[in-house]
Amino acid sequence: MRSEWRSFTGGAWEREINVRDFIQRNYTPYDGDESFLEGPTQDTTDLWQQVLELSKQEREAGGVLDMDTKIISTITSHGPGYLNKDKEKIVGFQTDKPFKRALQPYGGIRMAMKACEDNGYQVDPEVVEYFTTHRKTHNAGVFDAYTPEMRACRSAHIITGLPDAYGRGRIIGDYRRPALYGVDRLIEDKEEQLNTTRTIMYSDVIREREELSEQIRALKMLKELAKIYGCDISQPATNVLEATQAVYFSYLAAVKEQNGAAMSLGRTSTFLDIYAERDLKEGTFTEQEIQEIVDQFVMKLRLIKFARTPEYNTIFAGDPTWVTESIAGIGVDGRHMVTKMSYRYLNTLNNIGAAPEPNMTVLWSVQLPENFKKFCAETSIKHSAIQYENDDIMRVVHGDDYGIACCVSSMRIGKEMQFFGARANLAKCLLYAINGGVDEMTGKQVGPKYRPITSEYLDYDEVWAAYKDMMKWLAGVYVNALNIIHYMHDKYCYEKLEMALHDKKVRRWFATGIAGFSVVADSLSAIKYAKVKPIRDENGVTVDFEIEGDFPKYGNDDDRVDDIAKEVLHTFIGYIKGNHTYRGGIQTTSILTITSNVSYGKNTGATPDGRKKGVAFAPGANPMHGRDTHGAVASLASVAKLPFMDSQDGISNTFTIVPDALGKDVESEKNNLVAMLDGYVEQGGHHLNVNVLNRETLLDAQKHPELYPQLTIRVSGYAVNFIKLTKEQQDEVIARTFHEVM
Amino acid sequence: MGKIHSIESFGTVDGPGVRFVVFFQGCPMRCQYCHNPDTWRPEDGQEMSADEILDKMERNRSFYRTGGITATGGEPMLQLEFLTELFTKAKARGIHTCLDTSGIMFPGTKDDRKQAEAGAEINAGETGEKEANSDVTGQRRGAGKHTMAQIDRLMEVTDLVMLDIKHIEDTAHRKLTGHGNERILEFAGYLDKIGKKVWIRHVVVPGITFDKEELTGLGHFLKTLSNVEKLEVLPYHALGKVKYDNLGIDYVLKDTPQLTKAQAKEAEAIIREAMLN
Repeated sequence: MRSEWRSFTGGAWEREINVRDFIQRNYTPYDGDESFLEGPTQDTTDLWQQVLELSKQEREAGGVLDMDTKIISTITSHGPGYLNKDKEKIVGFQTDKPFKRALQPYGGIRMAMKACEDNGYQVDPEVVEYFTTHRKTHNAGVFDAYTPEMRACRSAHIITGLPDAYGRGRIIGDYRRPALYGVDRLIEDKEEQLNTTRTIMYSDVIREREELSEQIRALKMLKELAKIYGCDISQPATNVLEATQAVYFSYLAAVKEQNGAAMSLGRTSTFLDIYAERDLKEGTFTEQEIQEIVDQFVMKLRLIKFARTPEYNTIFAGDPTWVTESIAGIGVDGRHMVTKMSYRYLNTLNNIGAAPEPNMTVLWSVQLPENFKKFCAETSIKHSAIQYENDDIMRVVHGDDYGIACCVSSMRIGKEMQFFGARANLAKCLLYAINGGVDEMTGKQVGPKYRPITSEYLDYDEVWAAYKDMMKWLAGVYVNALNIIHYMHDKYCYEKLEMALHDKKVRRWFATGIAGFSVVADSLSAIKYAKVKPIRDENGVTVDFEIEGDFPKYGNDDDRVDDIAKEVLHTFIGYIKGNHTYRGGIQTTSILTITSNVSYGKNTGATPDGRKKGVAFAPGANPMHGRDTHGAVASLASVAKLPFMDSQDGISNTFTIVPDALGKDVESEKNNLVAMLDGYVEQGGHHLNVNVLNRETLLDAQKHPELYPQLTIRVSGYAVNFIKLTKEQQDEVIARTFHEVM
Repeated sequence: MGKIHSIESFGTVDGPGVRFVVFFQGCPMRCQYCHNPDTWRPEDGQEMSADEILDKMERNRSFYRTGGITATGGEPMLQLEFLTELFTKAKARGIHTCLDTSGIMFPGTKDDRKQAEAGAEINAGETGEKEANSDVTGQRRGAGKHTMAQIDRLMEVTDLVMLDIKHIEDTAHRKLTGHGNERILEFAGYLDKIGKKVWIRHVVVPGITFDKEELTGLGHFLKTLSNVEKLEVLPYHALGKVKYDNLGIDYVLKDTPQLTKAQAKEAEAIIREAMLN
């Protein structure tokens, strides 16, 4: 065995690239409590103070402190950058200094220019010339191929958030591989893959050979990046510090190359714990030193920044990067995968305060050890910065070495990737069904000219039939727009480093998404159980509704409406699956809005559930604000009914509870939150954001942002710094259901 | 069938663990600080059967592993037969049962004379609306027929009683709630005698129960009991006021300040000290 692997248990992982096998043979499950944890070192605290100061300057400068306008970001484009070289245990920034945003034009030069201009910078004219005339971008490619219908859907906001002007993201490289194997071994492996492709040059073989060559080039640049910081990662890491640094360099290389909508980290904690355990046993590192490495690694992850436009911000508010890290879960052999490192990662929230990034995601299972469950609950109660996802349902599909990309998208690390796909506004689609494809906001014919509904009162069967036709049409336009997007992204903005950290053969998930879900469920319920009268304008377009009588509302564990919600989901994913997908992607969907629920609502007319024109939708799969009136369990139970297999890309639920409503003392607060998570997971719920805070805190933070620099809240699949949201988005968060004591 | 005001599916402050909390409709008490005045009138609320309630709960049973069902209100013991049925069926399904009560419906262990008095006492009640009061009287008279055998039967299917002692001193209790506290304290004694686990709750109101003498008196009383598992001292809050406004009922405590958590701690210390001495 190689000397770097001393005392590890060998296996298949020695002969092939197989990080999962390495983890399973070597990790040490930890059942104890948090008492072993260490606080921050002085160096860590000093560095974090420096970061807070820079964050303040950045905020005062209007959101951006510095931008690169000339150097095009590549893995090796910049010299080294530091906060304070003497104090940094983990090194590396995207550019030559912290808080300076890189120039990344391959996704689209217009977006890169606009991001600069909106922040008072100008991209160098030569760069603009180059990327306009000589080197095509992903964005330019997509718009060459879009059909008029796709453009119309895009501008009418029935399909929004398409990654057609920036990097698509949601691909997780296996950033652990360089640490375990050293980059040289990975290059050898890729060279062998290149030498063993099929030899008759069909276009897919040509593409494969070109991509593998690109990947090899990226791996060589990765080695170079480490060298810039005086490190050598060509060989395997020998201890926890080297391993963490190698993981970070690999991740850093990915974000230097790609400005993806979500650049997630994967599942690194249990992997790194193997090194930490060995070092503790060998006496070469102390617990405090290990925690310091973790704190500083996490600090670096918090400082990942991209140049983005205000328009982007309306969909994905608060400057998110989705450095999602998946923690814990259960192995397929039945052992839980909680290690001391799982605790150390969460402990960074205590040591350097709450923050939205990295997006800490606990893969929850009823079988997780009690001590860890309680520690998670305690950390959630303190920081509102953790999201929980159901390992018991995802493990069935992905095994025990998957991670979450972005908010809720699960994929095997290094073996599966995703074509990210924005979302369709199903609430607007319902209005199109009623109006025969005419957009209710503009009066334009956007959808197909099907027969509009002309009756005095809406009839459920008639509306449902029309709705199905309209959803089928929408699914077709949507999937085909995504086919264009992913074709062009592969062509002009290929993620060569991230894909270099994948197997040769990857499974591709073709992810779509849904917005306005609870509005649709309630609208159809109103049509079925109350009397809904459409109000039409002079052109016969329905612009409002009168509702007589009450109707069951989604979020109260009432099957009458919850069954409608399930049927909408099942029907829509069925239509999505009926379409051809690029590179054989497997169709999935998610019910996740990020913060776009505000802008979707703004662009959608009044709906039959009584929601007025322009009013924000509920986020993700949440019941509409204030309509879930039977308490938290009933609300959670409704969402948990949605079958994961119909929405395999994730079902996001954001839950806010005031501290007093969780229990009378700290111990019962923890126990009750654990009981709630266990219950939700057992009922089949997929994802839960947990916020434990008072509405008054948010109101006060809105008034005095300077007093709440680190106030972190979970929104939809990710966390944000509350004060970085727009006023509108803040108001929407404040208007959500806060579960209180009756 | 029972008369139910509402159901809270995620109760965390009414008994141990996560609980399915059933708010019973109707209450003979007119506590000045009551935050659920909408549960007073027995003729309001919706009819539900015990199985309906339990089925609703059991749909989401996985949430209640650490908890169970809590009957509160209103005064659950006003609907004694229904309450007993609900708890009997809950026990049959293996669900932990918790009764949150004022104890006012306890018939008294001494003699029947008590029951006659109880009816008269309601008429003498000085707070609350007239109309509601007369209805309550009717209910209360019916309740006066509760026998000890019925109470025994209820206790057989009750795992935990949360007994809310409003004021330890009878006259002050009468002023605060419209009733004397004799039968309530007797109920506490009965629970002790049968060895039923009890959590004592006490709301501390500035100017009424935020008072050393009262708190000490309560402590001394609690000292005589051996079945008290927990003492919950609840600071008075004015969140219920809006309901009074909506119902058009005068809110007697409109000028009373809320009690802070620190003051509640202070009050608890006084009670606990008295329980030791």
